[in-house]
This record gives sequence, C-alpha cells and structure tokens, in this order.
Amino acid sequence: MMKAKIAYYTEIADNAMILSHRLAENSSKGPFLEEDLACSNVALDLLGMAESVYDEAAKLKADGSKGDDLAYRKSEWEYKNVLLVEQPNGDFAHLMVRQFFMDVFNYYFLSELTKSNDKFLSAVGVKSLKEVTYHLKRSSEWMVRFGKGTVESAERAQRAIDDLWRFTDELFDASEEDKILRSEGISVNLDSVHHDWKLKVGEVFYIADLKKPENQFQLKGGKQGNHSEHFGLLLSEMQYLTNAYPDAKW
Amino acid sequence: MENTENQGPLWEVFIQSKAGQVFKHAGSVHAYDKEMAVENARDIYTRRNEGIALWVVPSSEIVAVSASESSSFFEPSDDKVYRHPTFYNLPEGVKQM
Repeated sequence: MMKAKIAYYTEIADNAMILSHRLAENSSKGPFLEEDLACSNVALDLLGMAESVYDEAAKLKADGSKGDDLAYRKSEWEYKNVLLVEQPNGDFAHLMVRQFFMDVFNYYFLSELTKSNDKFLSAVGVKSLKEVTYHLKRSSEWMVRFGKGTVESAERAQRAIDDLWRFTDELFDASEEDKILRSEGISVNLDSVHHDWKLKVGEVFYIADLKKPENQFQLKGGKQGNHSEHFGLLLSEMQYLTNAYPDAKW
Repeated sequence: MENTENQGPLWEVFIQSKAGQVFKHAGSVHAYDKEMAVENARDIYTRRNEGIALWVVPSSEIVAVSASESSSFFEPSDDKVYRHPTFYNLPEGVKQM
C-alpha cells in the first residue's frame, strides 16, 4: 500500500517535472517576450507542483532520501512520466498542442484529485487546479488562434496534432499501483478523466476548425519506464548539475 | 521560433494593487487580441502579487498631448501655488491621499 502510494506520487510528480523541463528549455526561445514569460510561468507552476509531491513521496519513503533525489537522481527507467510530456519541442504550435493536451488532462485529473481520500493529494489538487485552470484557458485560446489564424498557423497546429495524438491514450492507462489505490478512493478514475478529456478536446477543436487524426495508432510505455529515444538526452541535460556537483546546495 | 516582427499591436497595462485604489499604468504588452492582452499582462506584470485587478487598453486608443504642445498645456500652472492644498493639515489616520 505504501509502496503503491509512493509510486503513484512519483507518476504525478514525474509528469509535472518533465513537462516543466521541456517548457524551461523554451525559455528565451519563445516567439516574443510576452509568450516567453508566459511559458516560463507555466513551467514554474508545474515545477512547484512536482517539488511538493516529490518531497512528500520522499517523506513516505522514509529512507533518508530527499525530494531532489527523486527528481534528479534516478535512472531513465525509474521515471514514470507519460511519453507525451517528454516529446521534444518543435515549433511553437507543436509546443502549444502538447501543452493543450496536458492542460486538459491536468484540469480533469486535478478536479478528480480534489476528492481523493488522501489528504495530501486532495490539497495538491485544490492548489494546482487554480493554476491549471489558467493554463488551460491560455492553451485553448491558442488552439483557436492557430486554427482560425492564417493558413500556415492552421497547418502547423494540425501537423502537431497529427504528430502528438498517438501519445494521448497513455494518459488514461492506469498503472498497477494506480489500480491498487483506486479501490481505496485515493487515485483518480482515469476513465472518467478520459471521457471529459475527449469532450473538451473535441469542443475546442470544433471551435478552432482543427481535426482529430483518423489514424488510431497509439504509442505507450512511459508509465512503465520505457521511454522514447529523446528521454536520455533530456535527462543528461536536466541531471547535469546534480551529476557534476552532487553536494551542491541552493 | 523566428518571427520577431509580427507580435501584434501594443496594449497599455493598468494595475490596481488593492481594492479601492486607483489603477496605475504599469507598462505595455504585445498581443493579437483582448484575451491574449490581459493574459500577457497578467504573466508579465502581476506574477509577484502586484495586483488584484487589471485593465488593458489598445495603445492606439490613447489620446496623448504632443511634446510640442506641452508647454501651453502644463506650464501655466507653474506659478499658481494657491491651487495646492498645502495650507491645510492632513488629519491623522488618512493613509491614502
């Protein structure tokens, strides 16, 4: 039970951590200053969420490890984030489509999490939902701006959707630990999140004149620690500081 | 992410720091539409608790006094001290004037 809880916390924190890192990679490379700062703000919100969940997971572990150990001192297969969040940044439409898919997911996931029997998780839900509500508003509006903007912006957004769609089903696959906690009313019912996710994405795509791809092929594995080839590169950069200076302190 | 020219029109940002206080000009942002303007303003100017309310106004809608006119607009008030309420004592307890 405790083991399942630690694993579930890690899943949540890893998703936030890796997406935050991808957004942070975009710092100073945004299309213009305003958007650059906005993306960095979202990255910081996610990093804050990851930090609090890692810290709590470290406490539950009770083996002397710290939140930072769970965030930075792990091997590739020990990260349980979904493949979607580790996909590399492409153009701005690609980055925003990835963000939109995750924002919709986080919005419904956190809404459910507020009802968790686990007091810590329900508190995380309440706090982060406020932030994510804003993230979702922003990325939804970008979808419409792309779709109804110029021919090129619509094409780029559609290309990003066609590329990233195959990573979306994994969001709703429950891991073994997730299933164990479900019966205790601790973890979130991903089927209902999936239902809401599809409705919301469909609604925004409808307004934006964007389309779900016909191709139903899906890729999975991140939740089991089987990551895409991009992940090693991401980690080598993300873990650089802790590897080079293992005892560095803030 | 190469486009540096098409950032959209400019908007002026006004922030109210507390209820009841005046909105103060904070700066400006680029944005393509109203929603984006108010969100960009939020992300740039209120990320450290600076405000509880926000206005954005298209910069093109602001009517300004041109520099060449400024002397006829403002200098006549230079020598009229009697218009300043400096001959009164401010009651204690008045915090905001």
